[in-house]
Amino acid sequence: MTSWISLTRNKIFWPIVALMALMSFNLFFTPNFFRIEMKEGHLYGNVIDILKNAAPIMLLAVGLTLVIATKGIDISVGSVVAISAGVVAMLIGGDLKGNPKYPIELAMAAALGVSVLAGMWNGMLVSRIGMQPIIATLILSVAGRGIAMVTTNAMIVWLYAKPFALLGQGYWYGLPVSIYLVAAILALTALATRRTALGLFIEAVGINPTAARFAGIKAKNLIFWIYTFSGLCAGISGLVVCSTVMSADGNNAGVGYEMSAILAVVLGGTSLNGGKFYLLGSMVGALIVQTLTTTIYAFGVPPEIAKVVIALVVLVVSLLQSVKFRNLFGGIFGKRELSI
Amino acid sequence: MKKRFEINPKNLPILVTLGLFVVMFGAGSIAFSGFFAPQNFLNLFIDNSYLLILGVGMTFVIISGGIDLSVGSVLALSTMVTSSLLTKSHWNPVFVIPTVLLIGAALGLLMGIIIHAFELPPFIITLAGLYLARGLCYVVSIDTIGIDDEFWQSAANARIPVFGDNSVSPSVLVALAVVLAGMFLSRSTKFGRTVYAIGGNEQSALLMGLPVARTKILIYVLSGFCAALAGIVFTFYTLSGYALNGANMEMDAIATVVIGGTLLTGGVGSVLGTVFGVLVYGTIQILIVFQGTLNAWWTRIAIGFLVFLFCVLQRVFEAKGKKGKGVGA
Repeated sequence: MTSWISLTRNKIFWPIVALMALMSFNLFFTPNFFRIEMKEGHLYGNVIDILKNAAPIMLLAVGLTLVIATKGIDISVGSVVAISAGVVAMLIGGDLKGNPKYPIELAMAAALGVSVLAGMWNGMLVSRIGMQPIIATLILSVAGRGIAMVTTNAMIVWLYAKPFALLGQGYWYGLPVSIYLVAAILALTALATRRTALGLFIEAVGINPTAARFAGIKAKNLIFWIYTFSGLCAGISGLVVCSTVMSADGNNAGVGYEMSAILAVVLGGTSLNGGKFYLLGSMVGALIVQTLTTTIYAFGVPPEIAKVVIALVVLVVSLLQSVKFRNLFGGIFGKRELSI
Repeated sequence: MKKRFEINPKNLPILVTLGLFVVMFGAGSIAFSGFFAPQNFLNLFIDNSYLLILGVGMTFVIISGGIDLSVGSVLALSTMVTSSLLTKSHWNPVFVIPTVLLIGAALGLLMGIIIHAFELPPFIITLAGLYLARGLCYVVSIDTIGIDDEFWQSAANARIPVFGDNSVSPSVLVALAVVLAGMFLSRSTKFGRTVYAIGGNEQSALLMGLPVARTKILIYVLSGFCAALAGIVFTFYTLSGYALNGANMEMDAIATVVIGGTLLTGGVGSVLGTVFGVLVYGTIQILIVFQGTLNAWWTRIAIGFLVFLFCVLQRVFEAKGKKGKGVGA
């Protein structure tokens, strides 16, 4: 009994329950949802597709989890995805024979470099100039789309360099390469934040920046590097997006990704008020978002209307996070909390 | 106090924006022939009247310390409902306009109530509103709906002459009416003063006995109403409804408000400043058109840069204000 209670107290428990519920809904109502086939050495099926399609959002969510833990927000990630995709596409070039203009590794490194710069820009505005995170990142979210369009000369760049497709379309031991990439980034981030004091510092800054500063944490530097990291994650995500469709569309690449990623983080149990963060929860959150989208598509609903469903999910999740709302139904869910 | 010419620090941000506009318009006039023409100035209003209307609503939201990300989508929804009711349901315009405005205000009311009652961050709730309204657009129709209503056609084509050969469109009159109403509302009504008070310090406003709850909700109703009205005005340009209208327009609206000198921390700002913000925005656009070789997307970069510049300026003013007379508007 006690182990059951400690299980339900675990923050990852409820996101997983939500994902399971969504999955079992599909089990009954979407035929063949769970069928996985082996074709040409790859695993095919809806579940694999969900993993593959969720990869860019998962990558963004890793960075955003840390940003949100510091009581910040980064709404520029969608634009940074477009910039990263634009840079890598322009450097590889649309040669029809598939000969890259510059070496693919170099192009990817350059795209990541630009993304890191974008993250540093956000970090500087938030930590040095002291802007509110939403406004600071709003600037890059407005200007970033422009930068992406200027980078690609406002055209869609198509790529034919085969090796680059590996990142977004390749398979390794039957699973999409992008999933290994997500796992690697997640593992590194988890190691860095959970096996060192870094995670504690981040949570301390999110809960009370002043107290954290008095405790000797260099909050400004920490925040600066967290936004930089978020930029890097967005850059990697941009590479995956670009490689998946083998094109860079400055106007549409990554549009609305920031919203999906924020939703993933919040679904995963990290509060928008900062503090404790749950990297694994965010990953489950991203899977929930993607499963939801796939489910809606499976029902033949136009993708655009899926937005209504996502809006309602955002609404319900934020209501559940609201202390006032929980107190309203305190009798049902347990103890009342102090609202301060 | 020494008696010498001193600019009221409250007006400084507006003067900076006005100065920027004059400099940019002046630079354009010197650099490009045909730039300095009264009609070119009027075109700033004609081309941006919907942004002006959005900006007025957004000014109130930001002065109160909130933010409304849903306005672009509400504008799109408004164009969809307008065109659908006119073309598919053959409603009389006399009924269409109030219905559309009511829908916008109702969406704002819903968001305002949730934000206030559950103490949720406005940006998350209006983000949900953004998705909701954008999705509802596609529920109305996935395709573009044209408008062939006579009243709409005449509103789209009518020109009202002002001094000589120059003219403005009816949309400009609507926008100017909204601006005047916004200025009156912010300066001379209890509602307006309460908005400033909430932005300055919500707790204090509450302790002063001001109707904080009602005002906070009404602010979002006003913003939703303005977005719906902007949508109607938008259909005067396009004579159609399209679900992708107004994508990212919330960013433009926020940018014009910030460039207009309204503090994002709330409590300080003005509707008049937003008008200058829109003029600066429009001038950047026509400068890029006149320049010719630059990609239209440079507008976005320039706007982003200006928002950055003004945010930094705001920080400088804030720092000075704290040293001088303490915190407050």
